[in-house]
Amino acid sequence: MSAALEEVVTEAPAVEAIPKRAMTLGAGTSLVMLGLLIVAPLMVKNFVIFQMTMLLIYGLAVLALNILTGGSGQFSLGQSAFYAVGAYTSAILMETYNVNYVLTLPISGILCFGVGFLFGQPALRLSGVYLALATFALATAMPQLLKLNFLEPWTGGVQGLVVTKPDAPFGLPMSQDMWLYYFTLAITVAIYVGAVNLLRSRSGRAFMAIRDNEIAASAMGIDVALYKTLAFGVSAGITGIAGSLGAIVVQFVAPDSYTINLAIAIFLGMVVGGVGWLPGSIVGSAFIIFVPNIAESISKGLSGAVFGVLLFLVIFVVPHGARQVAIFCQQTVAKFRKR
Amino acid sequence: MELFLNQILAGISTGAIYACMALAVVMIYQAIDHLNFAQGEMAMFSTFISWQLMQWGVPYWAAFVITIAFSFVAGIAIERVMFRPLAKAPILTQVAGFIALYSIINSSAGLIWDFTIKQYPTPFGSAPFLGSQLISTHQAGMIGVTLLMLLGLYFFFQYTRVGLAMRAAASLPESARLVGINTSWMVALGWGMAAAIGAVAGILIAPVVFLEPNMMLGVLIYGFAAAVLGGLTSPLGAVVGGFLVGIFENLAGTYIPGIGNELKLPIALALIISVLVVKPAGLFGRAIVKRV
Repeated sequence: MSAALEEVVTEAPAVEAIPKRAMTLGAGTSLVMLGLLIVAPLMVKNFVIFQMTMLLIYGLAVLALNILTGGSGQFSLGQSAFYAVGAYTSAILMETYNVNYVLTLPISGILCFGVGFLFGQPALRLSGVYLALATFALATAMPQLLKLNFLEPWTGGVQGLVVTKPDAPFGLPMSQDMWLYYFTLAITVAIYVGAVNLLRSRSGRAFMAIRDNEIAASAMGIDVALYKTLAFGVSAGITGIAGSLGAIVVQFVAPDSYTINLAIAIFLGMVVGGVGWLPGSIVGSAFIIFVPNIAESISKGLSGAVFGVLLFLVIFVVPHGARQVAIFCQQTVAKFRKR
Repeated sequence: MELFLNQILAGISTGAIYACMALAVVMIYQAIDHLNFAQGEMAMFSTFISWQLMQWGVPYWAAFVITIAFSFVAGIAIERVMFRPLAKAPILTQVAGFIALYSIINSSAGLIWDFTIKQYPTPFGSAPFLGSQLISTHQAGMIGVTLLMLLGLYFFFQYTRVGLAMRAAASLPESARLVGINTSWMVALGWGMAAAIGAVAGILIAPVVFLEPNMMLGVLIYGFAAAVLGGLTSPLGAVVGGFLVGIFENLAGTYIPGIGNELKLPIALALIISVLVVKPAGLFGRAIVKRV
């Protein structure tokens, strides 16, 4: 097309750097949030508790993508594949091999970490739209792979598998839904704290250095290939644990629950919550769980259009997602304190 | 050997669909530097408009021209109203905007024209082309139109002032603005042209895949793949990529055992990714060299 074969870009596009502290919440706010999450289920019906559990689970999946994209600057549309691997690992271990559900979580976490780490290897050579396409391929392939005939004895083929819902242990007087909620909450909080600390650690700083300028990062002695694949692994591992929890809570796994639509939903959750702002994950997760329902209740026939309009309004008003709202609130509070 | 040749021929005829779509994808990529996920839906909507016009008794070619004009204007309108305000937002937010647009168009088309599958006429007829059962006159016509569009685009970008201005605005916006190019309108023009090319693609594809609101989903994915394979900066690459993807897909379906229709897509994508690992800018794309 053009005569010049080489195009020289003298200036790298300016990247808005996200300061480390801005990626998390203050201690006080975090404790209030945690308190709310602990007390809330005591006042609502079982179905709402189930929805809140799903909120936490998708929150974890969004958090995982946030570490990958907001942390290390890599983009993935393949999160649904890791979620599926996690879900199937738990389901198969529980139903075929009678493993306790608690034990299946670390196993699927480690397995998905491995899968993600391996997938990160070829992904190293790709970036931007190319990486998006590669991860997209993974996401579209996963449901088909799960349907393969020779895997059917384990995966149950198109039918999927039914998972038994665990009871509350030690004879605790609470319903299964409530127990699963607190179980999920404990794991979510643990992973959240771990993720926050990861991003504050040496590795987290390496991720962010790569995100902001890969060449500068490698000049500073960061092993770019290692940390990029590591980010993929960590993200996949957390997504896998979310998938396991999802399988246990929903009590059912089937290939068609884990299509590209799930990956797109996770991506939207990240954008709405604010890319690179970990607490926003829960806001994003609320968006992808509740807004489709709201859209459906406004208009059945046009639910897709209503969802699209709502999504558009959100990104129109706050292009940086919930993070922008949080920063705005913080500034307003600071202004009042000064008076 | 004959099976092999036949499969290649069949691949070329499906590849024509992808090439058409890939051309529209490259067009918008040139203008805005992203892939537009709503592109397929925009094409689908345009196709429905032309179908509706024909239902009202407008002759084929008149409907064709009206639809293209409508799509051009609608593309510009979408850019001005929805994406211009988002121009400064982060890239990922804009991608979310594309997904929103996708969902809006898809759902509205479903409501207006419902989800039943509709026949769509072709001006080329559907007899076997040159005595071959695998490629119909419609598909041959489609290949012809795609090549014509490619030629037109080549002359537009290479020999017209507007084309040159668009290229300048896409590759170095700041410098382009300094020499007096209205870069913001160049982006809008890119959207308009991409929508118009998409409309042509939709009208040509509809007789093959039949008209319904979800008709473009698979086509768009292959179109993306084709554009990426050929190199996102090159219209010629997009067309070649489209034919290659069509051929890959058919050969994989025939020769690799255990691949049903369902696994064709992942295999085609995997192949494309392995090509990209070797040639990261695509087959015909320009490698961008950065000075640090």
